[in-house]
Amino acid sequence: MQWMAWTWQTATFFAVIAVLLVTFTILAIRYPETPRVGILRIETTRGDRLFITLLGSAFINLAWLGLDLGPQPWALLVCLVYAAAVFRWV
Amino acid sequence: MKTVNQKAWFLVLPVLVLVAFSAVIPLMTVVNYSVQDTFGNNVFFWAGLDWFRDTLESERMWASLGRQLVFSFTILVIEVVLGVIVALNMPKRGFWVSFCLVTMSLPLLIPWNVVGTIWQIFGRVDIGLLGYTLGQLGIDYNYTQDAGDAWFTLILMDVWHWTSLVALLAYAGLKSIPDAYYQAAKIDQASRWKVFRYIELPKMRGVLLIAILLRFMDSFMIYTEPFVVTGGGPGSSTNFLSIDLVKIALGQMDLGPAAAYSIMYFLVILLISWVFYTVMTNLDREGGTR
Repeated sequence: MQWMAWTWQTATFFAVIAVLLVTFTILAIRYPETPRVGILRIETTRGDRLFITLLGSAFINLAWLGLDLGPQPWALLVCLVYAAAVFRWV
Repeated sequence: MKTVNQKAWFLVLPVLVLVAFSAVIPLMTVVNYSVQDTFGNNVFFWAGLDWFRDTLESERMWASLGRQLVFSFTILVIEVVLGVIVALNMPKRGFWVSFCLVTMSLPLLIPWNVVGTIWQIFGRVDIGLLGYTLGQLGIDYNYTQDAGDAWFTLILMDVWHWTSLVALLAYAGLKSIPDAYYQAAKIDQASRWKVFRYIELPKMRGVLLIAILLRFMDSFMIYTEPFVVTGGGPGSSTNFLSIDLVKIALGQMDLGPAAAYSIMYFLVILLISWVFYTVMTNLDREGGTR
């Protein structure tokens, strides 16, 4: 694994994503759900909303960094709010 | 009683392993590179988010992104409109159908670098047919020196290479329309435009969306053809994202900045593809319930 140039930060990052994926897979098996239509007027399942959350969070972090809005961890808070909003309304 | 059996998912396992080997693990390595600096020998130093900050502040990146968007948008508009016009005018039955299909598939079968080489020579002022003819006609054309000419050549080349894909897809869509629709239109004395607007276009919508998605992704990641024809020049006027990225990664061997650059590139493609995909599937759903 030396060639992959791991750091504990990136390892944590991927571990969090892996845990999310596993959690959502288990959720999908245990509690199957029907897709619903939210404010975006598109049909989404739990997995779709996770995807929207992760992709959006990436852009929130980039915007936070690019616009110099302050320390990066605060961007994660914004992402959490965003995630809650996505899971509630999308 | 349990009626759903999830065991079939195990059949996907080989593909999963293959994709992990060929895409996921390399991509993870890119993420690892993006937060570190290296001077070779596989020795890395922590750099945090510096490369991302640098890339976001780099005018060069924004200029390439701008060029890339203009390029993709231009070829999409030309190829989709032209492709639909070609499809509408293709014969519907008889010998000429196969003739048209085969002729139009030819450009699609040529490897990218060969297409680049063809146009690189075709456009040359000294020995190329296009460049020489334009010169003889008194038109000041030189794609190696003039940015406008370089853009003209690249767009023409892409249109030459890929319009037939759009045309073939649109043709497939047109062929699936039952004759009854046209007969009904005739009874109603619908004009040619109305037939196109209310029968042909809605029926082609699905395939056209696929064509747009394919052409967008391909053109957004275009590398080989412009690399062979202009190499990003003159100056940096045709430096598209992938050309710029390769220059950073392999030309300058700046692995960290290149990794940060590729992650952002990837995110943009992912976002746009997701939007396209969502629009496509939702249109299908609406079409199905109507």
